Amino acid sequence: MMAAFIFACSVVLLLQFFISYCRSLIAASARQSLSREVRDVAGIAQSASGEDFARVVQLLQLCPESPEDRAGIQAVGAYFRMLNFVRSTVARVMPSLQAWTEFERAQCAYFAAVALERRIASSRDMFAQQMDA
Amino acid sequence: MLSVTGYILWIAGVLCETGVVVCAIKKGSFRRYLFLNLYMAMSVVMSVGRYEVLSRFGYSSAAYLYFYYYSDAVLTILLYFALISLYALVFGELNASRFVRLGAVVLLAGTAIFSYAVVQQSSARMVTHFVVELSQNLYFVGLVLTYLLWAAILKMRETRAQLVQLVLSLGVYFSLFAATYALRNLYPSMTSVLLSLLQLFGFVLPLAWTYAFWRFSTDDRIVPARLALVPR
Repeated sequence: MMAAFIFACSVVLLLQFFISYCRSLIAASARQSLSREVRDVAGIAQSASGEDFARVVQLLQLCPESPEDRAGIQAVGAYFRMLNFVRSTVARVMPSLQAWTEFERAQCAYFAAVALERRIASSRDMFAQQMDA
Repeated sequence: MLSVTGYILWIAGVLCETGVVVCAIKKGSFRRYLFLNLYMAMSVVMSVGRYEVLSRFGYSSAAYLYFYYYSDAVLTILLYFALISLYALVFGELNASRFVRLGAVVLLAGTAIFSYAVVQQSSARMVTHFVVELSQNLYFVGLVLTYLLWAAILKMRETRAQLVQLVLSLGVYFSLFAATYALRNLYPSMTSVLLSLLQLFGFVLPLAWTYAFWRFSTDDRIVPARLALVPR
């Protein structure tokens, strides 16, 4: 009985912490603006939408991976999949949840675009260092 | 005998834990988050110790079993103090550090007494059972304390990005472990599967902390309103 109670509490709190953790990752990148170049490459005209996420992640995979941002991208990727699940199930009967998932999915796409910007800049630096050497 | 995958995961875990300390030193956050780094450094030391005992006595030996659970209890207590050090950071401006320390010691003693009361019925290997019970209970106490700290962070509109990330990742880690230990109690036949899961979950904290130390400086801020699930 006690174990079942602890299990139920832990799962609920896990969800809460995981969502808040991903939102804190996204919030930290929300203040960074995207360069025109990255907007063009990622196909983000005005503001990012959830539909952009998969494309931006594919572009991210083309860049040399930097281990320090891998954890954040994986966490937000998992959060995006969770949002997709909520959108295709519970949100169908709750319109307010539909709007929330759309907003969050767009934020995930923006986070991925900021990561892409960082990776492109880091690849350029690496290339410049090699040329100097 | 441990499988090749088991060894690879073990080595990867030690490398990740080392990475946290290296990142913290490189980014100048080592002293600020001293207990968190001490916990990670101690995890590396314990892993080396476990390997030594494993190679000398074997995977199924009593020596390895004892060393594993005792070192796990020590690490859990250290992680508990790492969490308390985060409380001290959040409540530092309120000059409440003394009360936080006192409360932490009282709660730790209370958890130890409760764990002892639970296992005192079983006469065989009571000390070992006590150590396992204490670890499990501390994970749940840690989870509840992390949740309270998170609530305080939201209430006080804390904006330090690195601190927020460290607390939230600790919450994810504690809830994963508390849920797995609870499942293990519910379904003892699934112990081997759940132990493998615990090994995987062990990566969560070092990866998230490495990211927090590497990506953010101590001065980086985030908008608190964006953290709450319900807009404030």
